[in-house]
Amino acid sequence: MQTSERKKPNYLNAEHTVASWLLTVDHKRIAILYLVSITLMFFIGGLMAGAIRTELLTPAGDLMSSDTYDKAFTLHGIVMVFFFLIPSIPATLGNFLVPLMIGAKDLAFPRLNLLSWYVYIVGATIGIVATVTGGLDTGWTLYTPYSTAYATTNVVLPAIGIFITGFSSILTGLNFIVTIHKMRAPGLTWFRLPLFIWAHYATSIVMVLATPVIAITVLMVVLDRGFGLGIFDPKAGGDPVLFQHLFWFYSHPAVYIMILPAMGVISEVIPCFSKKRIFGYNFIAASSLSIAVIGFFVWGHHLFTTPQSMYAAMAFSIISFAVAVPSAVKTFNWAATMYKGSITFEAPMIYAFGFMGLFLVGGLTGLFLGALGLDLHVHDTYFVVAHFHYIMVGGAIMAYMAGLHFWWPKITGKMYPEGPAKAAALIIFVGFNLTFFPQFLAGYAGMPRRYHYYPPEFQIFNVLSTAGASILGFGYLLPLCYLLWSLRHGREAGPNPWGATGLEWMIDSPPPPHNFDTTPVVNWEPYDYPAAHRDAAKDAVPEAASV
Amino acid sequence: MSEIASRLQHHFADEEQQYDAATFGMWVFLVTEIMFFGGLLMTYVVYRTTFPQVFAEASHHLNIYLGTFNTIVLIGSSLTMAMAVHSARLNHRNALAGYLVLTMILGSVFLGVKSYEYAHKWHEGLFPGNFFYDGPDAVHQRLFFSVYFALTGLHAAHMIIGIGIMAVMLRMTLKNSFDENWYTPVELTGLYWHFVDLVWIFLFPLLYLIERHG
Ligand code: HEM
Ligand SMILES: [Cu+2]
Repeated sequence: MQTSERKKPNYLNAEHTVASWLLTVDHKRIAILYLVSITLMFFIGGLMAGAIRTELLTPAGDLMSSDTYDKAFTLHGIVMVFFFLIPSIPATLGNFLVPLMIGAKDLAFPRLNLLSWYVYIVGATIGIVATVTGGLDTGWTLYTPYSTAYATTNVVLPAIGIFITGFSSILTGLNFIVTIHKMRAPGLTWFRLPLFIWAHYATSIVMVLATPVIAITVLMVVLDRGFGLGIFDPKAGGDPVLFQHLFWFYSHPAVYIMILPAMGVISEVIPCFSKKRIFGYNFIAASSLSIAVIGFFVWGHHLFTTPQSMYAAMAFSIISFAVAVPSAVKTFNWAATMYKGSITFEAPMIYAFGFMGLFLVGGLTGLFLGALGLDLHVHDTYFVVAHFHYIMVGGAIMAYMAGLHFWWPKITGKMYPEGPAKAAALIIFVGFNLTFFPQFLAGYAGMPRRYHYYPPEFQIFNVLSTAGASILGFGYLLPLCYLLWSLRHGREAGPNPWGATGLEWMIDSPPPPHNFDTTPVVNWEPYDYPAAHRDAAKDAVPEAASV
Repeated sequence: MSEIASRLQHHFADEEQQYDAATFGMWVFLVTEIMFFGGLLMTYVVYRTTFPQVFAEASHHLNIYLGTFNTIVLIGSSLTMAMAVHSARLNHRNALAGYLVLTMILGSVFLGVKSYEYAHKWHEGLFPGNFFYDGPDAVHQRLFFSVYFALTGLHAAHMIIGIGIMAVMLRMTLKNSFDENWYTPVELTGLYWHFVDLVWIFLFPLLYLIERHG
């Protein structure tokens, strides 16, 4: 206590009241607010996942009724996608790091940033309350005309919840775009930006362009249901497939909202623990942008089984292959970065390795699904479920964990305990594969998704999967425990425990309230890692800080 | 001088940066608005190409005179808004307040006419919740009116918000908050209002003027 009073105040201890947190406009504190809220969401969604996996242990539907099961996976999907994964990296790590990495004192619009958190909280609360009290059984995809005309469950409120949280994501994206354009420190040209920033820039573009479309689409669903507009109701002359087009016009780009920031994290972690300059900086930066752009033209691959025109389907298929190219470019560049680097295996790096392996599987199976003929066979089976979990859980959440561990010392000023962290990373990796790999097999063998009973020949896959899910769930509880533990008992981190480059490592941990006492002037290239030894970088830090 | 300096928020290096950020942010916001209306316009395009005949039929139920009148009113309000920004730049406080009031009045006239049109459609049975029109192909005519009410309703909601923002601007003007060095909020309000106006410039022909020639 006494030592912390002698030191300069940091953003955590500068003020103590509850109001100083709830009314803060400091991007770092807002990041913490988001961190707490999305963690809560993650465990709510996780609880539902547990219920789903328990039900699927046996072929009979013995734990819950079909209706309850439908509500469980809908709640799981909505919470995980809209209330956890979409805000996860951008709203926590992004919020915390974007200003620090570009040498700014805050985001361009601090009050808008706080507003976005409140909007998120309102939307998420409405969504959760509605799905818990009445329940919603449409699946997270809200397909019409079931959602508009037939579902007897509570569609309107969760839809409004999704509508509202959409705006928080738009506000975050807008804030990042303006900040990255207008607030960079002197000398910090575009090609000196960390790749984390490029990734968030690309993500923000997607957020700003795609999210309004889902907003208007769910609004139409609400109007259809509430006022009988019939826009998506075939009985009223409407076209339900139009909904699918509009929905996926957002939701495919939205998968890039989830994965691009993850790629940004990996691009920071890999060079740091390889002590090597990133390979192919320009290519990685450009691939983020091209993913953002091409990602807008592939939505039709979710509609291969609908009456969309055959030629459109062929075009969507080809473009889906094209969108995999920039992802592959990144993966090769990360591998090349590690080549001949002096690699060390701290927890963030282990998570990053996990990301690369799992993302690879997820991405390659995406290509299977993007192939017109094959998709007709596996559409709406567990193959699809396994595919997107490999990317969203195996990819995005792994990277989120990598980032959380990597910047934990910066955020809290404390080191997490390395041993448990490494163990957790391995447990999560093993549990994850055991959960989701069998689902590829089950799906390929024809097990459809979204049913709570199934023919007995699929049981073996489901038993394996449920066993894996238990390990995975345990794995996720570990970081919750040791990270909280480290807040009190962790070793003091110091400004730069990893010997990393980047402006955020040149200031104290935790950072002072206004980040930089004097605006830094950047006259060096990014990822300036001395190939030789990390201590060299450590020594270089105080000098650089005094520039 | 000191008062002006205090408007510089701590995280900006100078006023120019602050101004650039604000206007750039507004433009990005308007892009999101384009996408927002875009989803609905796409729906319009799909149904109009599917049912061109019916849409032309249904469009004839709209009152072209009122539509034209409203278009002129709204273009007029863009002019007064532009004058408001101009007055702010010259620091003519009274003119600024006057033009803001004028813009709000014109906006309200538009909304008044619009609600008259809505009421009329209600009585004719062309309102989605109250649809008893039974002319040819009533089902698809109804679809036209669903899209019509969604589009114009969304537009009207934007106008109501715009008028609300102008009320705030008016208050700030009367409290002497602006001067020739700092009137960014007025300028941003102007951008927003012109955008809303522009949306109508698209909606008017798309909804009222289908196959009106010959
Ligand atoms: C390499 C690029 C990718 C390709 C070519 C691809 C392809 C596909 C295809 C064709 C489907 C539809 C399968 C079906 O329903 O029959 C699909 C589903 C899905 N993909 Fe991907 N994908 C890719 C990357 C990603 C990424 C990066 C994510 C997430 C971060 C993702 C998340 C999803 C989700 C959530 C679904 C299922 C949606 C649902 O029906 O509930 N995909 N993917
Ligand atoms: Cu997709």
